[in-house]
Amino acid sequence: MIMQENIFKINDTEYILPGNRACQGCGLSLAYRYILKALRENTIVALPPSCLCVLHGLYPNSSVKIPAINITFAGNAASASGIVAALKALNKPDITVLALTGDGGTYDMGIQSLSGAAERNTDFIFACYDNEAYMNTGTQRSGATPIGALTTTTPLLTKQENKKDLIKIMEAHGIPYLASVSPAYPIDLYEKFVKAKRIKGTRYIHIDTPCPPGWGYPVRETVRIGKLAVETGITVLFEIENGKFRFTGRSETIAKKGKRLPVVHYVEKQGRFKKMSIEQLNRLQSSIDARWNEYLKRAEM
Amino acid sequence: MSDVRIITGNEAAALAVKLSRPNVIAAYPITPQTSLAEKLSTYVEGGELRAEYVRVEGEHSALTVCISASTVGARVFTATSSNGLLYMHEQIHWAAGSRLPIVMCCVNRGVGAPWSIFNDQQDSFSQRDTGWIQIYCRNNQEIIDTVIQAYRIAESVYIPVMVCYDGFVLSHTMMPVEIPDAQKVADFLPPYKPHTEISPENPRTVNPVFFPWRRENHEGVLCDGYMEMRYKLQDALLNSFDIITDAGTEYARIFGRDHGGLLWEYRTDDADIILTGMGSIAAEATVAVDSLRDEGIKAGVVGIRVFRPFPRHEVAEAFQKARVIIAFEKCLSYGCDGGLSSDLKAALYGTGITAPIHNYIAGIGGRDVKARELTDAVRSSLDETERENRGNKTIWLNCRTGS
Amino acid sequence: MKDRDPNIAGICTPAVGEAGKTGDWSDLKPVIDHSKCIPETKGKAACFLCWLYCPDGVVSMTIPVQINLDYCKGCGICAEECPPNAIRMVRKDECDE
Repeated sequence: MIMQENIFKINDTEYILPGNRACQGCGLSLAYRYILKALRENTIVALPPSCLCVLHGLYPNSSVKIPAINITFAGNAASASGIVAALKALNKPDITVLALTGDGGTYDMGIQSLSGAAERNTDFIFACYDNEAYMNTGTQRSGATPIGALTTTTPLLTKQENKKDLIKIMEAHGIPYLASVSPAYPIDLYEKFVKAKRIKGTRYIHIDTPCPPGWGYPVRETVRIGKLAVETGITVLFEIENGKFRFTGRSETIAKKGKRLPVVHYVEKQGRFKKMSIEQLNRLQSSIDARWNEYLKRAEM
Repeated sequence: MSDVRIITGNEAAALAVKLSRPNVIAAYPITPQTSLAEKLSTYVEGGELRAEYVRVEGEHSALTVCISASTVGARVFTATSSNGLLYMHEQIHWAAGSRLPIVMCCVNRGVGAPWSIFNDQQDSFSQRDTGWIQIYCRNNQEIIDTVIQAYRIAESVYIPVMVCYDGFVLSHTMMPVEIPDAQKVADFLPPYKPHTEISPENPRTVNPVFFPWRRENHEGVLCDGYMEMRYKLQDALLNSFDIITDAGTEYARIFGRDHGGLLWEYRTDDADIILTGMGSIAAEATVAVDSLRDEGIKAGVVGIRVFRPFPRHEVAEAFQKARVIIAFEKCLSYGCDGGLSSDLKAALYGTGITAPIHNYIAGIGGRDVKARELTDAVRSSLDETERENRGNKTIWLNCRTGS
Repeated sequence: MKDRDPNIAGICTPAVGEAGKTGDWSDLKPVIDHSKCIPETKGKAACFLCWLYCPDGVVSMTIPVQINLDYCKGCGICAEECPPNAIRMVRKDECDE
């Protein structure tokens, strides 16, 4: 059951200090604001090298008023496991451990430690902020890069493969809670993190994270692009609690009314898709449709 | 009433860990460490050791769990061998740079490729540049005593400690070991206090990117750049010798056993032929020395116990009167020299010690090293130095080298 | 102030302006038309989407709405999302305010 928080019931404390190193219009920055508002002070963040690492700042100053532990690229879920184990052993069970990780540290190099931590049902929240490439180092492709996207390592031919389906992979671990959120819908994001905080075991939250320089759109359109993603169904807002799927927020409305926009409306607004072929677009549309229909069935709609 | 048991090196290490009472253990099984990890699982599941045991999916994660757990204030332990150690290599650097008092046992085993499950010291040797303290044990008693001392050392200087012992030769060989009293160990090891408290009350970000240059914080204090932070690690290592020896002396006072501190000596008082090595091969050398002494050769052993930080001063003193130095070792820096002997030569530079160093690479991949082979090697080296060759030399012992 | 860093590992303390005065990043800044702003015209808590969507949290949930120009990066999301178009992004050298 979701608590009905509206904008004025959101925790009004800001945990991220102004003058930080995130880009203008950064989708992660917006998402992180609400993640921390939801999780509050009693939180320790584990993070790998990533945009988040840069947002946190360079020595000797940091931009975030929450304790955070940096670790190497492959190990964020293991790092979080270590924090969880220590807090349990030291009898400090009320601190939430959040592993906030980019798509590189989730889909690619970090997948082993994530899978291990999930298989052990480690009591933490693993949140992937998915900007769909290695953005911190200048937009190299990852397993999360969608088909047809230009990146610096798919610079001429575009990414040939479909995006890896990490939700299915995480579901296969049998964890108690999965969710998909977007900073374009901050209240939905906030509510899910508030809920996740209270659940025990491994919680996986996927954050669609628009990135102006990496995706190729004007910086002021981050929320607009995020909303288009949901309108087209390439991003779906949902929760899966103990295997039970339900749409939330705007995705729920779209599912009920049955009006999803074709993904071309999303793709045409981003420079990274300018070399996308019709065939790739069709493949993308098919995979979105198939997944949407599967979700409709699971939601009994 | 002393508690002496006949146990393997792995069991000795496991008992030491149980006595040291870590809060978090994360270990991944690998031959020949496996029975150590298994023993610890039994202690934890049986309630003999109250710790969180994270059954990680790989060695890289094992050390990662230890790093983060130690950062938030837990005493930790892990152990591995060979390729497991290599797999966690980047984290070995990370642990030292984070200045965390992690204690890890390395059950020495040769590295791939090709595969060997048997003993040599290439695994831990290849980590010598990472900034960890490395101590090599020569028997199972020393293992149990050294792991306990390691926590005291690590938590005093905030540097991780690798306790190394030879796979199968010690890990799976049973020897009599006196088990220290649990209360005395608890008194010997005060509670771990991290160098920085990390908590919601103290919201710090740990280990971010550093600029190359020094940079002001918000209070206008000029803080370190990366180079200064790295200098601090080196400085701490070079200033840790006294703490390491004091831990040993204090341990000897309480428990009655002294393993020699930075290095140990056997029959060196009037020796002019000095054998040297690390771990069980140095112990074997004492048997060779007894044999040589029977023949009238004045040989002795200087066993290097603490390999990092390298005890240059003590080593120079110990080899002062050597006419010939014979190093037996189970590791090498490929493309250069034997592991121990290259550091030895560097330490003796400028000291005026000009004795030739004959470096025997032995026991690679578990090839058996018998005391009589060491004796023969010494005799052959003596013949050579007597006859013509006055210089340094590297010989692969008992190995077909095609010449 | 002493020029000595007691940290033996990379321990960072939270501070405003880790990346400096990020208000310098853009030559655009947001300007609010107070006659169009919903909470201001209604005189009560309403809308505040500019506060909601600011990635840097430099918009205040107050009446009148205020934006910290020292640290506003000039992204323009507030202007893009403002329902009555009460916010415009203007070039700093062109603006009077």
